[in-house]
Amino acid sequence: MNGVHDLGGMQGFGPVAREPNEPVFHADWEKRVLAMNVAAMTQRLYNVDEFRHGIERMGAAHYLASGYYEHWFAAVETLLIEKGVVKRIELDVRTAALGANPAAHPRRDDPALSARLLHAVRAGSAAKSEAAPAPRFRAGDRVLTRNTHPAGHTRLPRYARGRHGAIERFHGVYTLPDAHAHGRGRQPQPLYSVRFEGRELWGESAEPGAWVYLDLWESYLEPA
Amino acid sequence: MGGTHNSEPEPYPALRVRALESLLIEKGLLSSDVVDKLVAIYENDVGPMNGARVVARAWVDSAYKQRLLADGAAAIAELGFGGRGGGDKLVAVENTPTVHNLVVCTLCSCYPWPVLGLPPVSSSPSRSRFGSGTAAPRSATWCCPNAPPAPGTSARPSWRGSSPVTR
Repeated sequence: MNGVHDLGGMQGFGPVAREPNEPVFHADWEKRVLAMNVAAMTQRLYNVDEFRHGIERMGAAHYLASGYYEHWFAAVETLLIEKGVVKRIELDVRTAALGANPAAHPRRDDPALSARLLHAVRAGSAAKSEAAPAPRFRAGDRVLTRNTHPAGHTRLPRYARGRHGAIERFHGVYTLPDAHAHGRGRQPQPLYSVRFEGRELWGESAEPGAWVYLDLWESYLEPA
Repeated sequence: MGGTHNSEPEPYPALRVRALESLLIEKGLLSSDVVDKLVAIYENDVGPMNGARVVARAWVDSAYKQRLLADGAAAIAELGFGGRGGGDKLVAVENTPTVHNLVVCTLCSCYPWPVLGLPPVSSSPSRSRFGSGTAAPRSATWCCPNAPPAPGTSARPSWRGSSPVTR
């Protein structure tokens, strides 16, 4: 979707601020959001593509005014409600109850769940390359990206649509996020690193000698 | 979120986060020790020091460097790094006197957790690096503080911006 998350090339956000000795987390609730999201995806309550699209579906003004873990929490809440894991009314009631009585949140350990989830996190996800379909393009092939504006999730940024590039490298065959984010299965496709000349994307504004490499799925590409 | 429609800032989400956490714990989908252990992993065990070890090893061991460039995931696994967030597929690229790489995500902040840890995110929203990184990489070099330009640079570097593979 053509949302505010697709920030490549956008201007007007001011200078990049670098925080010296930046901590991993800035607040306790951020840690809890991280743990909830990792636990939810590890238990396959939703997948990473649904999660990314959950962030994209935030209201544009909210997205721009909120930080990283607020984005995460917005998607976690949206998806857990949509999947029926929790009910919105349940969450509203519990939030109000905790506001009235902050101590009403007892600690509860579950060593079996903990062992299972930690093992899965250390082992990683199962995103291995598939055997098929065979790649249509080879390194060096010239390609043209589709000028497409899907309403749902895609990994083809707006600034790289309808542009000429060349296949740099074939990564393997991976789940198509455009399908997987919308409950249409994994539909694995060949994934490539595609090389674009800076001027092809940014015209006269391009920095000299700049190249941009994007990881793009095969259905985003046509032969050129 | 929160159902508020006035002009006040978004309420601090801490309370609602705790509410959701407590519901997930009641449903057996989360537990307090899971939260503690996951946080400990990303605060203590997984971070940019892992990537620094990989790079340092490549500096002194040319055979390892070749393996790293050929199959990044397998090479970091040799040093015990991997797992959730990009440990299955990782492409390593090399800075040279004429090529400087800047890896930037323009869509979602995906990040190679096993070698760099969780992404650096300030407490306030900052979008500049995502906007400028692809169009003007020279002005966004802080994104890769661990990858300074190679010493003895004489030619004008070719800058390569790319998105990370984090399947």
